[in-house]
Amino acid sequence: MTPAIHVEQVSKHYGALRALDGVSLTIERGEFFGLLGPNGAGKTTLIHILAGLTRASGGSARVMGHDVVADYRDARRALGVVPQELVFDPFFTVREALTFQSGYFGLRDNDEWIEEVMRHLDLTGKAGTNMRALSGGMKRRVMVAQALVHKPPVIVLDEPTAGVDVELRQALWKFIRQLNEDGHTIVLTTHYLEEAEALCGRIAMLKQGRVVALDTTHNLLRRHSGCYVELRLTPNRLPESLASLVAQRREGSYRLALRDYSEVERVIAELRANTIEIRELEVMHLDLEEVFVQIMHDEDRRETIDERRRPAA
Amino acid sequence: MASAPEHQSLRGFYTLFHKEWLRFWKVSVQTILAPVLTALLFLVVFAYSLRGRVEIFPGVDYASFLVPGLAMMSVLQNAFANSSSSLMQSKMTGNIVFVLLPPLSYQEFFSAYLLAAVARGLVVGAGVFVFTIGFVDLRFEHPLWALAFAVASSGGLGVLGIIAGIYSDKVDELAAFQNFIILPLTFLSGVFYSIYSLPPLWQWLSHLNPIFYMVDGFRYGFFGVSDVSPWVSLAIVGTSFLALSFFTLWLLRTGYKLRR
Repeated sequence: MTPAIHVEQVSKHYGALRALDGVSLTIERGEFFGLLGPNGAGKTTLIHILAGLTRASGGSARVMGHDVVADYRDARRALGVVPQELVFDPFFTVREALTFQSGYFGLRDNDEWIEEVMRHLDLTGKAGTNMRALSGGMKRRVMVAQALVHKPPVIVLDEPTAGVDVELRQALWKFIRQLNEDGHTIVLTTHYLEEAEALCGRIAMLKQGRVVALDTTHNLLRRHSGCYVELRLTPNRLPESLASLVAQRREGSYRLALRDYSEVERVIAELRANTIEIRELEVMHLDLEEVFVQIMHDEDRRETIDERRRPAA
Repeated sequence: MASAPEHQSLRGFYTLFHKEWLRFWKVSVQTILAPVLTALLFLVVFAYSLRGRVEIFPGVDYASFLVPGLAMMSVLQNAFANSSSSLMQSKMTGNIVFVLLPPLSYQEFFSAYLLAAVARGLVVGAGVFVFTIGFVDLRFEHPLWALAFAVASSGGLGVLGIIAGIYSDKVDELAAFQNFIILPLTFLSGVFYSIYSLPPLWQWLSHLNPIFYMVDGFRYGFFGVSDVSPWVSLAIVGTSFLALSFFTLWLLRTGYKLRR
């Protein structure tokens, strides 16, 4: 089966700046895929290339098997994009905005579906309200609805929950999850890593225009299999032999970073040997945020090494 | 979720045109009534102050001479304003993305903005006639000529508006386009006078101004008299329109400033 999204060696240069530097990715149908990375990593540029808002400097991109340039009509019909910036047309009401959007996609008699989308997003009561009069959260919902009017099999959300209150965020995720269960492929970029961890089956991490990690969320968390132990001790001191493991020291407690769970035993043995009593011990596994920081950090180090290896000019 | 819906080929174009039409129609006090009022003020001031002093075409009083010129000026300025301000505002607010995401071809995009600009130009032009027809003695010698010039000229300025809208990223850039190109060209096109009342150098310069042929040809439709043969004017106006259109289509195809 053709994948939902297939990106091969895509690059984008703005003068000397490489926004994307040979990105290759395949996202299968039905996936809930996360695109993570710091600001300026190229997430939005990649989405813009898929949507035809930006033209790639090299490489190719396909949506449901349709090339985004040569076969842009079918590619765009297959794609629903919720842009990152909160934008709206102040001249029209919610229903008008949705009807126009549906029409741009060549659809008529689409009212039933438009009503349904509005109902799902709690917009029915605001259907006749001018876009200008809506709150930020409501405008965000309309943008989601606009991305769905043509029933796209692939839905891309570019940081849809940035600056959105908790309640809407929850409602939005419930709805997106439902769409995913109904068979839609979801691609999501977000700054909230716990969100990606909870929702995405697979994740690509981008940095400076390159994919630095691409795996299932499960594997990413396992591969970076470190953990933390939080200790409260009597007396409140740590033997010299464990000092190198300290990740954080707080009033009355130590947090040690361990490579894996088996190291917990060594910590306990060392403490016992030094007759230090454990009053409290908590083992915490790494979350996506720490994996993310680790990968970005490793990447920085690799770059520095590469830099050093490069022969002097 | 249901299966992929049926789509129709011209629907996208039609919807974009409809949206652009509603965009000015919904604020018609500002987009139609205001320019009509401006034209009427010009008419009152000029016709009154120059009454009996100027007779440009034999047997045509100055107010009657002025009305088609003012109507054409309104057609041109409003056709330009419609496409340029719509595009620039959409770019500035970012909502242009809703037009760029759908599977609209650049030709559909072009035609929809162009047609809406022509529509606004013609509506405002018609408005000027509606409010003046009772006060001046207008003849309609060749109505088809008048219509042909109105359509072709509003098309030309509509295309110029698309170019200006795509090019301008800020309000002042668009204002510069309007104040330094469109306004001088319209005022120096013979809206208020016949170019034969000008010194030779200005006469010669006027012949380089495409808007002169738009106004002159349009007036021919009313009085059957013109400074230049209407065929020549139509050829020049038509060629200008086509050249601008090809240039704009090329800009759109490259994605200039829209799909970067």
